[in-house]
Amino acid sequence: MSIKPEATRDAYGRALLTLGETRPDVVVLDADLSKSTKTAAFAARYPERFFNIGIAEADLMGTACGLALAELKPFASTFAIFATGRAYDQVRNSITYPRLPVVIAATHAGLTVGPDGGSHQSIEDIALMRVLPGMQVWVPADGEEAYQMIIAAASVMSGPVYVRLGRQPVPRVVPEGYVFTPGKACILSEGAPVAVIACGVMVAAALEAARMLKTEGIYCQVINMSSIKPLDTELLRAVAATSELLVTAEEHLVAGGLGSACAEALAVEKTRPPLVMMGVEDCFGQSGEAHELLEAYELTAEHIAAKVRVHWNNIVRD
Amino acid sequence: MNTALLRQKAQLLRRLIMLSIAEAGSGHPGGSLSLAEIMSYLYFFQAQLHASDVNWPERDRIILSKGHAAPVLYAALAAKGYISEEETLTLRKLGSRLQGHPDMRKLPGVEMSTGSLGQGLSVANGLALGLRLQGKPNKVYVVLGDGELQEGQVWEAAMTAAHYRLANLTAVVDYNGLQIDGHTAAVKRVEPLAEKWQSFGWKTVTVDGHSFADLYRGFHTERNGYPLVVIARTVKGKGVDYMEGVADWHGKAPTLEQARQFVLALEAI
Repeated sequence: MSIKPEATRDAYGRALLTLGETRPDVVVLDADLSKSTKTAAFAARYPERFFNIGIAEADLMGTACGLALAELKPFASTFAIFATGRAYDQVRNSITYPRLPVVIAATHAGLTVGPDGGSHQSIEDIALMRVLPGMQVWVPADGEEAYQMIIAAASVMSGPVYVRLGRQPVPRVVPEGYVFTPGKACILSEGAPVAVIACGVMVAAALEAARMLKTEGIYCQVINMSSIKPLDTELLRAVAATSELLVTAEEHLVAGGLGSACAEALAVEKTRPPLVMMGVEDCFGQSGEAHELLEAYELTAEHIAAKVRVHWNNIVRD
Repeated sequence: MNTALLRQKAQLLRRLIMLSIAEAGSGHPGGSLSLAEIMSYLYFFQAQLHASDVNWPERDRIILSKGHAAPVLYAALAAKGYISEEETLTLRKLGSRLQGHPDMRKLPGVEMSTGSLGQGLSVANGLALGLRLQGKPNKVYVVLGDGELQEGQVWEAAMTAAHYRLANLTAVVDYNGLQIDGHTAAVKRVEPLAEKWQSFGWKTVTVDGHSFADLYRGFHTERNGYPLVVIARTVKGKGVDYMEGVADWHGKAPTLEQARQFVLALEAI
């Protein structure tokens, strides 16, 4: 178990080495990005089970399908922008429509790709993947959770899984003894009446925001909603029933992401607290360091705290 | 090779294609009919298949990348006895296992769901890689359309197959020269075909796709450890005189009366 900050893509690389040893049916495919996606270590140790498909993401996804048909367990990796955008039709028609158990482990997701800029920052991948019937969508908050997700994904035989991984190191946020379960969210810090629901790198920011707000007497609970599909609607409803303000936070477009998924699930509730969605508004990203981008797009702990403060004060005033 | 039997099966496929598409009221007769001999050859001679167990683990795999030719695939499955001839008449109907384009989760015998063109060769590559990795002797056959070769993914996959030297993979191009908007040469030229595949690292052979002897020759070309593509020259709509070489019959259903006349004509032979 790693305590020091670790990028979720590095945890993916670690998990693949474990699977290489424990699961002879696991095969890994990449599209000329193995050093970046961290599949290179698996490739070096298990060269016969690694297939570099070159710069050809459509072919990458299709080849993974064939390996699944041969009853192997394929992990297909490239950057999230290419996995979900470039190869969308292959993911839809060749992977998801026939429910093939391909794991799409996509790295460099979100704004925190950084200097590569807007062309490479996938801020719509959660939206694209979660609308596909039967596709599971998981977003780890730290290295430990990413490791567990990859191990768990290797045992999903009912259909495909999309795992959204990041480039930047993130601090450990899941508790000691945490076990990832698809469809289950995790409450990281208890304390109504405000609930911040986050995924990925925003979980650490949400925890920091909660600490800041606590000193002001505003108590937040932080929920790591790492399984975006299936969504933990049971926990979500319970949290909504006991909270007065809900805030979602993600390094993804507000449209179609975690916030949208929560809003869809809660829309039917007769009484529910206001839901404030934090994410990238209707625009693309740009070049910059990861921390600069989170600052520029108002997705830091300070921004979450400020957003909660404003809305909380409105509620109290009412 | 029993050529008489293969010819008889090809005509059975044509009968089922015409009847099922006419009954459905929509579908793709032209590119289904052009494949009758090729599918007859694959299903009744070339591929190792089990007489009664469609999911026999040791079977060779046939992927129809040009999924709009689903009627010829369903006809082949019926001719093999995997499904009934009656069921082919449920083509494209609500609740049918015979979807407009093949759905592997609905119908056993469909090795891969296809329909969005250009994707089957990549899947065939993965299957061939996976079978080889597990030391299995099974062969993989993938049927492509010539118009389909305009999809870029085909050429990504062509590179992959050659790079990984997939000697257990054979692609067949149904080279009928027509696509929805007209002659392939006019819409967007795919020639020179053999030279293209060759330059991508494949062993190539060009055959008459309606001659069993020529198909045999093509499929038995010495491949020297490389993937093989059989470029099969065919006539779109083959076997139905008014459909032959007419692009309009790519995606237009015959009437029930036309289908009945065709069956009567077949029986008269």
